Amino acid sequence: MVLKIFFPQCCNKADSGLLVGRWIPGQNSAVVLAVIHYPFIPGQVKQYIHQVECVRVCISQCVCVSQCLIQQEKELKEDGGGEKGGTKRGGGEKKGEENKVEGEEGGGEKDKVIFIHYEQRKVMLSQLHPIDNGVPDPQTESQLPQVFGTVCQSEPLFFLDKYDDGPVKMTHWQSEGREGSIIVELMKQASTPVCLLTTWMLTLWTSLCSSRFISSKLSTCVQLSYRTEHLQTVCSPTRATAHNHFMRKANIFVSFFVDVSLGLLLVSWMYRENRIGKLANTLVPAADYVAKELEELLQWLMGAPAGLKMNRALDQVLGRFFLYHIHLWISYIHLMSPFVEMILWYVGLSACLGLTFALSLLSDITALLTFHIYCFYVYGARLYCMTVYGLSSLWRLFRGKKWNVLRQRVDSCSYDLDQLFIGTLLFTILLFLLPTTALYYLVFTLLRLVVVMFQGVLHLSVDFINSFPLFAMGLRLFRSYRLAEGVKFRVLCEEPGTPLHLMMDINPLKVSSVVQTYRTPTYSCYPKDSWLALCKKLFLGELIYPWRHKTTKID
Amino acid sequence: MQNGDQHYSMEDETYTDIDGKAISLECQSHSGFCREFTVSSAKVSIGRVMAYTCAVWLSAYIIFFVTENTAVLSSAIIITLVGMMVHIHFVKVDHETLLIIGSLGVQVSSSYASGRESTDFIEMGKIKDIVINEAIHMQTVIYYLCILLKDPSDPEAVSSVVPLFQSSKPRLNCLVKVYKSCQEILAKC
Repeated sequence: MVLKIFFPQCCNKADSGLLVGRWIPGQNSAVVLAVIHYPFIPGQVKQYIHQVECVRVCISQCVCVSQCLIQQEKELKEDGGGEKGGTKRGGGEKKGEENKVEGEEGGGEKDKVIFIHYEQRKVMLSQLHPIDNGVPDPQTESQLPQVFGTVCQSEPLFFLDKYDDGPVKMTHWQSEGREGSIIVELMKQASTPVCLLTTWMLTLWTSLCSSRFISSKLSTCVQLSYRTEHLQTVCSPTRATAHNHFMRKANIFVSFFVDVSLGLLLVSWMYRENRIGKLANTLVPAADYVAKELEELLQWLMGAPAGLKMNRALDQVLGRFFLYHIHLWISYIHLMSPFVEMILWYVGLSACLGLTFALSLLSDITALLTFHIYCFYVYGARLYCMTVYGLSSLWRLFRGKKWNVLRQRVDSCSYDLDQLFIGTLLFTILLFLLPTTALYYLVFTLLRLVVVMFQGVLHLSVDFINSFPLFAMGLRLFRSYRLAEGVKFRVLCEEPGTPLHLMMDINPLKVSSVVQTYRTPTYSCYPKDSWLALCKKLFLGELIYPWRHKTTKID
Repeated sequence: MQNGDQHYSMEDETYTDIDGKAISLECQSHSGFCREFTVSSAKVSIGRVMAYTCAVWLSAYIIFFVTENTAVLSSAIIITLVGMMVHIHFVKVDHETLLIIGSLGVQVSSSYASGRESTDFIEMGKIKDIVINEAIHMQTVIYYLCILLKDPSDPEAVSSVVPLFQSSKPRLNCLVKVYKSCQEILAKC
């Protein structure tokens, strides 16, 4: 077996001393964590190791890898460039290793040792993916997670900065010193009661807003419930110990912060130069214009649309029915017109809660302003659906068959002459009325789909802001080593007669993997209807609500 | 084996890919249990780039001549530039490297024409074997080198296959050289 020594880069130019690290059982590997320099008192070293053991470092597995002289040698040069570091020559590995290596044929000890240099700080701060939440078995667990785990668990050892004077002189990665701030300390002290208070207020709020019927119908209420849930997660007084939990909290916090910032920008833009007033003044004429266009469309349908011959009586009934609806709608709009500006003024202020709230409100306002189109669609769809289902039932009767409800299949059935006669008569009537019904349904479904598409874009925007892992993406862009997919090795050039030296770099997680791993679950995580199912629904005249997830009861 | 940084190129045989284009195989032996194989493909052909560019611009000029819309010409220029950038950054692989380190693992990396590198490291504990496999490509049977990964639940089974040198697609004689060297190192572990 080849002996692998993971050696920190910061120890390359250290003075002679004792290497402290962890022996990985079953992997024939040693992870060097620090160099304790000569002269040292063994009792003090023992005491220091005991102190570190108290702060959760795996000292039970930390052994003295080798007592070696770390000599200054030539600086290592990479094959193509001039990356520098110092080589080390081990004074002797553990006796057993030495004997085993020397006993093998085909090369001496030097040929069976690999020095893998790693950057201690980066390895300590990085999180190797995929994250294993279970308790791994040290014997079966692969090598890299064990190396990363060893360095991460030794964090307290590294966070003593270079200005801390201890009895034991060591070399390892050290922080540049911490700057004390009374404001930061006070904020830390205040954070727990603030979190508790916020959590209590949010719990109270959720208990008050328990009306499921209204909240499921309005996008704003749905968004409010999401944001409440998110705030409860962020303000939870329990400390995030697991990496996933911490990342979720951080992503939600950053997402919330960005959302509110964008909302405030929108508010500042809207309330400047009386843009609200201008919007209110254009809203009523726009609604009037839409109503006028719909009237013209209905007049066209009541004639001979695209040269088609419709059923005159049904055409007139449907046309007048829908025209009356439009008349009601215009009256409703004109009744509301004096209050539109005031409503918009207060609605605009809600953008302070975040851009997602503004977009959700816009979606709800769109739903209210296009309520007549929705009504037309529902009437048309119900009429068309009844016609289609009637035709399918009567077609079975026409062929002497019927639908068996219990067995969920079509069975043969003998009908009376009267039943067959009436059935055939009704089938003929429905078949000849179908083109008129279908045309009205088609026109209003297309109008409804335009509204649905607009609302869908708004929902997707809200969903994107809610779920996009901004914090994780920021880490990936500016501190890519923090999210590691794996490692990559570079061979460092060495002189003949010395062990192989490799440089271990962190391979960052792919952007797509970052989004996939850390996105906050929202609407889009629910199973969606396929395009085929949507087309089937449209063809059969069933009502469509594309953004509702399957568990929602559709009225 | 000598432990120095031996650098020998296998240039005694001319290697070709499955389409008959010339490729080069470079082998570096860093130690008895660490070897690096680099398969280099032909560089981006200026002639082909010019031909594609001329074809796009000519068709754009014909459309412009018919429609008299200047946006067609500017969009043709943008499409050409974006296409070239996408090609050199995501499609054109200059060389593929296989670094095999005994008892540590296998590293597969691809270097693109733009200088972008994508690297994947597979630990030795996850590797079952390195084999030459065969596949049907268009109307021909081709050979490819691949790493068989162990199934965590059943060590005897293979969970997945990682093909090597996917871009350069060397012929069998080149693959055999790499295969033998890999097996030498795997036998030592």
